[in-house]
Amino acid sequence: MSLLKETDFGTPESKSSKSVTLTIDGQAITVPAGTSVMRAAKMLETSIPKLCATDSLNSFGSCRLCVVEIDGRKGTPASCTTPVEDGMVVRTQTQKVEKIRKNVMELYISDHPLDCLTCPANGDCELQDMAGVVGLREVRYGYEGKNHLNAPTDFSNPYFNFDESKCIVCSRCVRACEEVQGTFALTIEGRGFNSKVSPGGTDFLSSECVSCGACVQACPTATLEEKSVVDLGMPNRTVLTTCAYCGVGCSFKAELRGDELVRMVPYKDGGANEGHSCVKGRFAWGYASHPDRVLTPKIRKSINEPWQDVTWEEAISYAATKLKEIQGKYGHQSIGGITSSRCTNEEVFVVQKMVRAAFGNNNVDTCARVCHSPTGYGLKQTFGTSAGTQDFKSVEKSDVILLIGANPTDAHPVFASRMKKRLRQGAQIIVVDPRKIDLVRSAHVEASHHLPLLPGTNVAMINALAHTVATENLIDWDFINERCDLNAFKKWEAFIKQPENSPEVVETITGVPAEEIRAAARLYANAKNAAIYYGLGVTEHSQGSTMVMGIANLAMATGNIGREGVGVNPLRGQNNVQGSCDMGSFPHEFSGYRHVSDDVVREQFEALWGTNLQKDPGMRIPNMLDAAIVGEFKAMYIQGEDIAQSDPNTKHVKAALGSMELVIVQDLFINETAKFAHVFLPGTSFLEKDGTFTNAERRINRVRPVMASKTGKQEWQVVADLSKALGYEMNYQSSAEIMDEIARITPTFAGVSFAHLDKVGSVQWPCNEANPNGTPIMHIDQFVRGKGQFMETHFVPTEERTTRKFPLLLTTGRILSQYNVGAQTRRTKNSTWASEDLLQIHPSDAELRGISDGEWVKLASRVGETTLRALLTSDVPPGVVYTTFHFPVSGANVITTEFSDWATNCPEYKVTAVEVMPSLVGPEGNGEMKHSDIQNQERQLAKNV
Amino acid sequence: MNSVKVFIPKDSASKSVGADEVAQSILTHAQKKSLEIEIVRTGSRGMLWLEPLVEVETTRGRVGFGPVTVADVTSLFESDFLSNQNHPLSLGLIDELPWLKKQQRLTFKRVGIIDPLNVEDYQKFGGLAGLKAALKLAPEEITKTVTESGLRGRGGAGFPAGIKWNTVRETVSNQKFICANADEGDSGTFADRMLMEGDPFVLLEGMTIAGIAVGATQGYIYVRSEYPDAIKSLNSAIKVAKDFGWLGNSVLGSNFQFNIEVVVGAGSYVCGEETAMLESLEGKRGMVRAKPPLPAINGLFGKPTVINNVLTLASVPVVMSEGAEFYKSFGVGRSLGTQVFQLAGNVKQGGIVELGFGITLKELLEDFALGTNSNRPIKAVQIGGPLGAYFPKELFGVNLDYESMLQHGGMLGHGGIVIFDDSVDMSQQARFAMEFCSVESCGKCTPCRIGSTRGVEVIDKIINNENKRENLTLLIDLCETMTDGSLCAMGGLTPLPVRSALKHFAADFGLEKEMADVTA
Repeated sequence: MSLLKETDFGTPESKSSKSVTLTIDGQAITVPAGTSVMRAAKMLETSIPKLCATDSLNSFGSCRLCVVEIDGRKGTPASCTTPVEDGMVVRTQTQKVEKIRKNVMELYISDHPLDCLTCPANGDCELQDMAGVVGLREVRYGYEGKNHLNAPTDFSNPYFNFDESKCIVCSRCVRACEEVQGTFALTIEGRGFNSKVSPGGTDFLSSECVSCGACVQACPTATLEEKSVVDLGMPNRTVLTTCAYCGVGCSFKAELRGDELVRMVPYKDGGANEGHSCVKGRFAWGYASHPDRVLTPKIRKSINEPWQDVTWEEAISYAATKLKEIQGKYGHQSIGGITSSRCTNEEVFVVQKMVRAAFGNNNVDTCARVCHSPTGYGLKQTFGTSAGTQDFKSVEKSDVILLIGANPTDAHPVFASRMKKRLRQGAQIIVVDPRKIDLVRSAHVEASHHLPLLPGTNVAMINALAHTVATENLIDWDFINERCDLNAFKKWEAFIKQPENSPEVVETITGVPAEEIRAAARLYANAKNAAIYYGLGVTEHSQGSTMVMGIANLAMATGNIGREGVGVNPLRGQNNVQGSCDMGSFPHEFSGYRHVSDDVVREQFEALWGTNLQKDPGMRIPNMLDAAIVGEFKAMYIQGEDIAQSDPNTKHVKAALGSMELVIVQDLFINETAKFAHVFLPGTSFLEKDGTFTNAERRINRVRPVMASKTGKQEWQVVADLSKALGYEMNYQSSAEIMDEIARITPTFAGVSFAHLDKVGSVQWPCNEANPNGTPIMHIDQFVRGKGQFMETHFVPTEERTTRKFPLLLTTGRILSQYNVGAQTRRTKNSTWASEDLLQIHPSDAELRGISDGEWVKLASRVGETTLRALLTSDVPPGVVYTTFHFPVSGANVITTEFSDWATNCPEYKVTAVEVMPSLVGPEGNGEMKHSDIQNQERQLAKNV
Repeated sequence: MNSVKVFIPKDSASKSVGADEVAQSILTHAQKKSLEIEIVRTGSRGMLWLEPLVEVETTRGRVGFGPVTVADVTSLFESDFLSNQNHPLSLGLIDELPWLKKQQRLTFKRVGIIDPLNVEDYQKFGGLAGLKAALKLAPEEITKTVTESGLRGRGGAGFPAGIKWNTVRETVSNQKFICANADEGDSGTFADRMLMEGDPFVLLEGMTIAGIAVGATQGYIYVRSEYPDAIKSLNSAIKVAKDFGWLGNSVLGSNFQFNIEVVVGAGSYVCGEETAMLESLEGKRGMVRAKPPLPAINGLFGKPTVINNVLTLASVPVVMSEGAEFYKSFGVGRSLGTQVFQLAGNVKQGGIVELGFGITLKELLEDFALGTNSNRPIKAVQIGGPLGAYFPKELFGVNLDYESMLQHGGMLGHGGIVIFDDSVDMSQQARFAMEFCSVESCGKCTPCRIGSTRGVEVIDKIINNENKRENLTLLIDLCETMTDGSLCAMGGLTPLPVRSALKHFAADFGLEKEMADVTA
């Protein structure tokens, strides 16, 4: 339930192309065959009373309120389960059906508490609405009969309650869990009058529930209700905005009571999520008003001194003076900046503009460097554009899904639900991942092939898949001849057919049986529509860019590009990775991926910005850090990124930060990086921002301010102020004007404006004169670069190898309830599910080392070591261990190495040779800090002690 | 001297009154006396008051003794029962017993006669003839024959089997299924069980014919868990049938493939409802599906599925072997063929009576049941299971066929006939109908889930003289809501026994005056 009611047609849309004409209450209407009578009626704006029906779920027919009369049919069929037929004559309001409806409602209310006035759902309850609609005036059965009024309430979930006494057993929650989320955590237990909704185990928290909120949203009563609504009351206004967690970019209705945010409800008309959500976006937004938030600017001369609260003016002026000083002393190239994928397009754009125009160099990079930079590079080389090819909806047409190095059920849960829905409809999935992730086998999901390759052998695997396609005559020749560069293809074909790329040879590299690789390749190549989805398991390798190109080769070779159901789809990690890259955050590219050395483009920017720009690319993050260590790079502006925790080889990063003279951090919290900062500029949460995020499907979504900025300033204003103080003026009155500038100078954004987005909801770039409403599917008739370019992808093993000293391979990832470095999720009740990073280790590796489940272990690589608890699981194969990097205390990146992608320097997070040994003591005993200590320290620092 | 064949049922009803012990005792006695006998364990003849019924093969035919207890065995041997019929329990020639002689056994023709798992016996008594006939026909000719025979669903709904089959046949799909509904849960019914225990091959044969007709290669028999003997019997029969090539990749050497698996239910009445049965077969909670889609188009695992009752499928072989004309020569009007009636409750002679449709209830009660076991007058008869209507004496003349029953506010259901004597309180029976529904409802739709519980409460109020007139109105309203509003027949038919009890036995509720006013 929610405040702003999107139209609910009761049953899902029919996709049939056949149409049927019928008459409802005397009005004729033509609808697609397969449409329910209920939906057809709603299309005529006739609302048939209903309780168990809602258009996000298949019709069910249980409440019996929606009965109608149909001429020539006996009885009173339910309109939700009755499909329309040609010539059907339906009557929705007859004495007979009205009597049934009223009598059914009388039965409901005979077993329902009469506490509407004190009920948290008062005013937002379909049962209440329907009682009014059917005109119920008395309950002749009385209230002394058997009932469920004393049924207990389950308070176990940190975000919502389950008050069984209010349940009308419509099964909407059970069906939402199955049909929308695909988790199958809920069921109806018992039968007859004793039927009740049950999470299976003892309560919601201990059940398989993933707290996505679909059940809460589906519930027509107060049975499943957000705790925040119970505590704060019903919201009274709504702001439509976009989630700031992963790259799915879900649209939400932020519901407020005055200025207080009460709940976030997924928005049905949101293109990315179409009304679904996950535990993070739906519930984990409390960090925005967490007491740890820093709201006042701070400065200090050295990192050993305490922070001093200052005014914005003082902070800006201090920063500007220092920057100018440093540039004066160490040269133009001695300063730089990093943009954040967590910030809006507008905020990112002004930071890179400040670097280029005010700093006067190209030393700007972005955190995408450490995640999807190889995607940008690889797809640009092959297809001509640095982005995924499809919209999320496309997966509904896929017959085979090839999932490589991604774990969507944890990292991109809302998209994973779409994927699982398609799998339940019969599509097949191939999982290429060292671990047995949920999509290998879970409720109603079983991968046709799981290729558990050794970390670091992706390129060998993709080559073997392509080799099979090329040698078994599975190539789509029409596609190659029409759409691809033939010379490049021929070279590639000769290369890929070489025996070194055969599954039989590759088996010895990846550890995956050749026949399994061949079978997977055949399945992918023979599918009508086959789509590739991948994540950081592809990019964060020394051959990340090679792998991306290998993926593109495979898709082109089989003709799986340029229509619905196919494509190459990077699952972006952060809310605005796509956007921060689009905005010109890389040292070599302006917005729209145009090289800084391109004179025509650069001159356009110079003309617009009224200043001279450098034609040589600037430094990347690792170059800046390396330069800092040798004393050539002295100041860094860091926008919303915690490189001291997120970037590899923490020791090295910290050394680099420690050797700079000025570190400016713009963030919500005093994070690990801020411990090395001299200027702290308080940032704004997504609830305060006004701008746009671009998600993994290139969808530009509006982020609207739900509340006033807690710091008194928008982040782009702070950047503009600093730029001005440095002598380069930016005159924006609003963030909308920044987008207008982006549109003016960036061809792929030419048609984008806040006004347009507010009108159409969202658009997928390219959005221009030719495609005013955006481009859901790319490369339809031709590739952006013209002909598709095959690239040779030789497998070069990483230098990071297991040794006798470090015999295991560590790979890293994300879990559902926590997010990246945890700055946000750790400050919410999401820690109820996971409050520490665990090291997953195979029982045989554990036994060899005398490690038991739940015990402390020391994890060491050649660059560092850390202590965390072991989780024994055969989800990881022998020889491979796995952990997350959500908690600073475990500091997983203390052990990751400096190896990186050859083309883009994206760090090789996914392969680190390690050893694991039992530890008698926890982190504190090993000289590391406890989580609570770190938090305390952060708080102390924030309090200016 | 050749050994003498002695037939003793192994039907679970017979076993429940000591058939196993009797068989063992007879064998022991014979061995002691060095008499050569061969004991054949058969199904039951369906004369349950005579169980355990012992039959001896003679040159004149099979002669019977019953009911035999272990205590009777010594005297049987003393009377030389293997060649003499002078024992007090002697029944003479079994086939001449009026109970059997008056019947028209088509579906049950082998039950009680043959060793259920003996392939020679099965074929000797006409088994496989239907399947062989079907194999000579095109699929559409099979469905046509079944349609023309007038065979209708014996589970209760009475839908023409041939039309259902034809829908499945015409629906294009890579996989289709045949499901035999053996979740026989109606009170007073046991025909499915007796058939599955006594002649399992005929069900397999009927399902195979259905498979050939519609293009299905896999069949499932959904048997209630309360029928362990039937489950065992079916599984053994399937194994034998596979060994003999009656089932498998090449049915009787033909190009047709058909396999059958037995699935055991989990103890829910509503799983006898066809869509709930599909859910249960799919491994889900037994909950009713809304129709459409029809199971014939979108059934088990979303594939076109024939769902028929055991008796429907078991009647198919005789339809195929003897022809549609033969089969439809039994019965009346649009109720053609035979119905397997099951007499139960407070009855003197309970059991199986297979007769053409159209016999009157009175004939069944007088010629077969012979009154009540308590020797008190019959007050009411419930026909068609717990959701069937109660009939008073005045209506005993009703013809037992689909149309006449409907006309009299009843239904034939699965053919269960439960007899009550004059000590029954019909208000309690009405209450029981609601209570049964409140326990057995799948809980999906509101009228059934909540309505049945409220029904019990309202009837209690009436019985306790609370606001009788208002509560009668409420009860009538509730019955209407359940009838018109329920998702399936469970909630939809529960008012049937309630309404019939109110109508014909208002005095038991103390509602004579109020009911008279309502009817006026």
